[in-house]
Amino acid sequence: MTVSVRDAPFEPYAELAAYERLRFARPGQFGASASFVGSMRDLNEGDAVTRMTLEHYPGMTERHLEAICAEATARWSLLDTLVIHRVGLVLPGDPIVLVAAWSAHRAEAFTACRHIMEDLKSRAPFWKKETTAHGDRWVARNTPGVPRTAAADE
Amino acid sequence: MSGTAAISVKLFAGLAEARGWRERRIDYAPGMTVADVWCGQTGESALPPRVLCAVNMDYCAADTVLAPGDEVGFFPPVTGGQHDG
Repeated sequence: MTVSVRDAPFEPYAELAAYERLRFARPGQFGASASFVGSMRDLNEGDAVTRMTLEHYPGMTERHLEAICAEATARWSLLDTLVIHRVGLVLPGDPIVLVAAWSAHRAEAFTACRHIMEDLKSRAPFWKKETTAHGDRWVARNTPGVPRTAAADE
Repeated sequence: MSGTAAISVKLFAGLAEARGWRERRIDYAPGMTVADVWCGQTGESALPPRVLCAVNMDYCAADTVLAPGDEVGFFPPVTGGQHDG
Protein backbone atom coordinates (compact mmCIF):
# COMPACT_ATOMS: atom_id res chain seq x y z
CA MET A 1 0.00 0.00 0.00
CA THR A 2 1.46 3.30 -1.06
CA VAL A 3 0.10 6.83 -0.66
CA SER A 4 1.94 9.78 -2.17
CA VAL A 5 1.07 13.49 -2.16
CA ARG A 6 3.09 15.32 -4.84
CA ASP A 7 3.74 19.00 -5.43
CA ALA A 8 5.06 18.39 -8.97
CA PRO A 9 3.43 16.92 -12.11
CA PHE A 10 3.42 13.12 -12.42
CA GLU A 11 2.80 10.67 -15.24
CA PRO A 12 0.19 8.20 -13.96
CA TYR A 13 0.77 5.40 -16.46
CA ALA A 14 4.53 5.41 -15.96
CA GLU A 15 3.96 5.41 -12.18
CA LEU A 16 1.57 2.49 -12.52
CA ALA A 17 3.99 0.43 -14.60
CA ALA A 18 6.93 1.18 -12.28
CA TYR A 19 4.91 0.33 -9.18
CA GLU A 20 3.74 -2.96 -10.64
CA ARG A 21 7.31 -3.94 -11.52
CA LEU A 22 8.44 -3.05 -8.01
CA ARG A 23 5.65 -4.75 -6.06
CA PHE A 24 4.90 -7.79 -8.19
CA ALA A 25 8.30 -9.12 -9.15
CA ARG A 26 6.99 -12.65 -9.63
CA PRO A 27 4.74 -13.00 -12.72
CA GLY A 28 1.19 -14.17 -12.05
CA GLN A 29 0.84 -12.79 -8.55
CA PHE A 30 -2.41 -10.96 -9.33
CA GLY A 31 -5.31 -11.64 -11.64
CA ALA A 32 -6.78 -8.17 -11.89
CA SER A 33 -5.88 -4.54 -11.58
CA ALA A 34 -8.15 -1.52 -11.89
CA SER A 35 -6.99 2.07 -12.07
CA PHE A 36 -8.55 5.51 -12.22
CA VAL A 37 -6.91 8.74 -13.37
CA GLY A 38 -8.56 12.10 -12.70
CA SER A 39 -7.23 15.18 -14.45
CA MET A 40 -7.94 18.87 -14.58
CA ARG A 41 -10.62 20.10 -16.97
CA ASP A 42 -10.47 23.58 -18.50
CA LEU A 43 -14.14 24.26 -17.71
CA ASN A 44 -16.18 24.33 -14.49
CA GLU A 45 -19.69 25.66 -13.90
CA GLY A 46 -19.67 27.30 -17.33
CA ASP A 47 -16.41 29.22 -16.85
CA ALA A 48 -13.05 28.62 -18.50
CA VAL A 49 -10.53 27.66 -15.81
CA THR A 50 -6.93 28.54 -16.59
CA ARG A 51 -5.22 27.12 -13.52
CA MET A 52 -5.93 25.67 -10.15
CA THR A 53 -4.20 25.52 -6.79
CA LEU A 54 -4.70 22.49 -4.59
CA GLU A 55 -4.23 22.91 -0.84
CA HIS A 56 -4.21 20.09 1.70
CA TYR A 57 -3.71 19.39 5.40
CA PRO A 58 -0.21 17.87 5.50
CA GLY A 59 -0.16 14.82 7.73
CA MET A 60 -3.93 14.44 7.94
CA THR A 61 -4.14 13.87 4.18
CA GLU A 62 -1.70 10.97 4.21
CA ARG A 63 -3.26 9.55 7.37
CA HIS A 64 -6.74 9.50 5.84
CA LEU A 65 -5.67 8.16 2.46
CA GLU A 66 -3.84 5.34 4.24
CA ALA A 67 -6.92 4.61 6.35
CA ILE A 68 -9.14 4.53 3.26
CA CYS A 69 -6.78 2.12 1.48
CA ALA A 70 -6.42 -0.10 4.55
CA GLU A 71 -10.20 -0.35 4.87
CA ALA A 72 -10.56 -1.24 1.20
CA THR A 73 -7.74 -3.78 1.39
CA ALA A 74 -9.38 -5.59 4.29
CA ARG A 75 -12.87 -5.42 2.81
CA TRP A 76 -12.02 -6.68 -0.67
CA SER A 77 -8.92 -8.80 0.08
CA LEU A 78 -6.75 -6.61 -2.12
CA LEU A 79 -3.14 -7.48 -2.88
CA ASP A 80 -2.00 -3.87 -3.09
CA THR A 81 -3.16 -0.28 -3.61
CA LEU A 82 -1.53 2.88 -4.96
CA VAL A 83 -2.80 6.44 -4.55
CA ILE A 84 -0.99 9.50 -5.90
CA HIS A 85 -2.53 12.97 -5.50
CA ARG A 86 -1.27 16.33 -6.68
CA VAL A 87 -1.14 19.52 -4.62
CA GLY A 88 0.06 22.99 -5.58
CA LEU A 89 -0.33 24.63 -8.97
CA VAL A 90 -2.18 22.46 -11.51
CA LEU A 91 -2.82 23.29 -15.18
CA PRO A 92 -5.57 22.01 -17.52
CA GLY A 93 -4.80 18.46 -18.63
CA ASP A 94 -2.54 17.73 -15.66
CA PRO A 95 -3.29 14.47 -13.85
CA ILE A 96 -4.59 15.22 -10.33
CA VAL A 97 -5.17 11.77 -8.92
CA LEU A 98 -4.26 8.15 -9.60
CA VAL A 99 -5.99 5.32 -7.74
CA ALA A 100 -5.10 1.69 -8.44
CA ALA A 101 -6.10 -1.60 -6.82
CA TRP A 102 -4.73 -5.09 -7.41
CA SER A 103 -6.61 -8.28 -6.55
CA ALA A 104 -7.09 -11.89 -7.55
CA HIS A 105 -10.34 -11.22 -9.45
CA ARG A 106 -11.83 -8.33 -11.41
CA ALA A 107 -14.90 -7.63 -9.29
CA GLU A 108 -12.83 -6.76 -6.22
CA ALA A 109 -10.42 -4.58 -8.20
CA PHE A 110 -13.19 -2.59 -9.94
CA THR A 111 -15.23 -2.11 -6.78
CA ALA A 112 -12.31 -1.22 -4.54
CA CYS A 113 -10.84 1.29 -7.01
CA ARG A 114 -14.15 3.12 -7.24
CA HIS A 115 -14.69 2.98 -3.49
CA ILE A 116 -11.25 4.40 -2.70
CA MET A 117 -11.83 7.24 -5.17
CA GLU A 118 -15.25 8.11 -3.76
CA ASP A 119 -13.94 8.00 -0.19
CA LEU A 120 -10.99 10.18 -1.14
CA LYS A 121 -13.35 12.81 -2.55
CA SER A 122 -15.53 12.87 0.54
CA ARG A 123 -12.97 12.43 3.35
CA ALA A 124 -9.42 13.41 2.38
CA PRO A 125 -8.62 17.04 3.29
CA PHE A 126 -7.91 18.63 -0.11
CA TRP A 127 -9.30 21.95 -1.38
CA LYS A 128 -9.25 23.42 -4.88
CA LYS A 129 -9.03 27.06 -5.86
CA GLU A 130 -9.74 27.88 -9.50
CA THR A 131 -8.51 30.82 -11.52
CA THR A 132 -11.07 32.07 -14.07
CA ALA A 133 -11.61 35.28 -16.07
CA HIS A 134 -13.73 36.44 -13.11
CA GLY A 135 -10.89 35.91 -10.63
CA ASP A 136 -10.04 33.19 -8.15
CA ARG A 137 -12.67 31.11 -6.37
CA TRP A 138 -12.69 28.12 -4.02
CA VAL A 139 -14.47 25.10 -5.44
CA ALA A 140 -17.46 24.37 -3.20
CA ARG A 141 -18.98 21.01 -2.45
CA ASN A 142 -22.75 20.83 -2.61
CA THR A 143 -23.18 18.38 0.22
CA PRO A 144 -22.32 20.03 3.53
CA GLY A 145 -20.52 18.98 6.60
CA VAL A 146 -20.19 15.51 7.91
CA PRO A 147 -17.84 13.21 6.01
CA ARG A 148 -19.30 9.85 5.12
CA THR A 149 -17.99 6.76 6.76
CA ALA A 150 -16.89 3.76 4.75
CA ALA A 151 -19.80 1.77 6.14
CA ALA A 152 -22.34 4.34 4.97
CA ASP A 153 -20.95 4.42 1.46
CA GLU A 154 -23.05 1.69 -0.10
CA MET B 1 1.47 28.08 30.84
CA SER B 2 4.10 25.72 29.55
CA GLY B 3 4.93 25.36 25.87
CA THR B 4 3.83 21.75 25.70
CA ALA B 5 0.39 22.44 27.17
CA ALA B 6 -0.59 24.89 24.45
CA ILE B 7 -3.23 24.05 21.86
CA SER B 8 -2.21 24.40 18.21
CA VAL B 9 -4.98 25.83 16.02
CA LYS B 10 -4.85 25.54 12.21
CA LEU B 11 -7.14 27.01 9.55
CA PHE B 12 -7.17 25.86 5.93
CA ALA B 13 -8.29 27.03 2.48
CA GLY B 14 -11.01 29.71 2.45
CA LEU B 15 -11.22 29.85 6.24
CA ALA B 16 -7.55 30.81 6.50
CA GLU B 17 -7.82 33.35 3.68
CA ALA B 18 -10.89 35.02 5.09
CA ARG B 19 -9.33 35.44 8.53
CA GLY B 20 -5.77 36.20 7.48
CA TRP B 21 -4.05 33.55 9.60
CA ARG B 22 -3.25 29.86 9.30
CA GLU B 23 -1.79 28.77 12.59
CA ARG B 24 -1.84 29.93 16.19
CA ARG B 25 -0.89 28.54 19.55
CA ILE B 26 -3.33 29.27 22.33
CA ASP B 27 -3.45 28.53 26.04
CA TYR B 28 -5.04 25.29 27.13
CA ALA B 29 -7.86 25.49 29.67
CA PRO B 30 -9.39 22.40 31.33
CA GLY B 31 -12.69 21.39 29.73
CA MET B 32 -12.26 23.49 26.60
CA THR B 33 -13.95 22.07 23.50
CA VAL B 34 -13.27 22.39 19.77
CA ALA B 35 -16.24 24.77 19.47
CA ASP B 36 -14.83 26.89 22.33
CA VAL B 37 -11.59 27.28 20.37
CA TRP B 38 -13.45 28.34 17.22
CA CYS B 39 -15.57 30.90 19.10
CA GLY B 40 -12.59 32.22 21.03
CA GLN B 41 -10.48 32.72 17.93
CA THR B 42 -13.15 34.05 15.54
CA GLY B 43 -15.51 35.94 17.86
CA GLU B 44 -18.43 33.89 16.50
CA SER B 45 -21.06 32.40 18.80
CA ALA B 46 -20.99 28.85 17.40
CA LEU B 47 -19.11 26.57 15.01
CA PRO B 48 -20.98 26.80 11.66
CA PRO B 49 -22.26 23.44 10.31
CA ARG B 50 -20.23 23.85 7.10
CA VAL B 51 -16.95 24.14 9.01
CA LEU B 52 -15.34 20.72 9.55
CA CYS B 53 -13.02 20.10 12.47
CA ALA B 54 -10.33 17.62 13.42
CA VAL B 55 -8.37 16.93 16.58
CA ASN B 56 -4.88 15.51 16.06
CA MET B 57 -5.79 14.94 12.38
CA ASP B 58 -8.93 12.89 13.02
CA TYR B 59 -12.39 14.25 12.22
CA CYS B 60 -14.23 15.12 15.42
CA ALA B 61 -17.45 16.60 16.76
CA ALA B 62 -17.67 20.25 17.80
CA ASP B 63 -18.16 19.29 21.46
CA THR B 64 -14.96 17.22 21.63
CA VAL B 65 -13.05 18.08 24.80
CA LEU B 66 -9.38 18.90 24.25
CA ALA B 67 -6.28 17.69 26.06
CA PRO B 68 -3.08 19.71 26.59
CA GLY B 69 -0.92 19.70 23.45
CA ASP B 70 -3.76 18.85 21.04
CA GLU B 71 -3.79 20.15 17.47
CA VAL B 72 -7.17 21.46 16.25
CA GLY B 73 -7.83 21.95 12.53
CA PHE B 74 -10.79 23.82 10.99
CA PHE B 75 -11.58 23.59 7.28
CA PRO B 76 -14.32 23.78 4.62
CA PRO B 77 -15.91 20.70 3.02
CA VAL B 78 -13.22 18.85 1.11
CA THR B 79 -12.93 18.88 -2.70
CA GLY B 80 -10.19 16.43 -3.64
CA GLY B 81 -10.04 14.08 -6.57
CA GLN B 82 -10.67 14.89 -10.19
CA HIS B 83 -11.83 18.30 -11.29
CA ASP B 84 -15.55 17.80 -11.76
CA GLY B 85 -16.94 20.45 -9.45
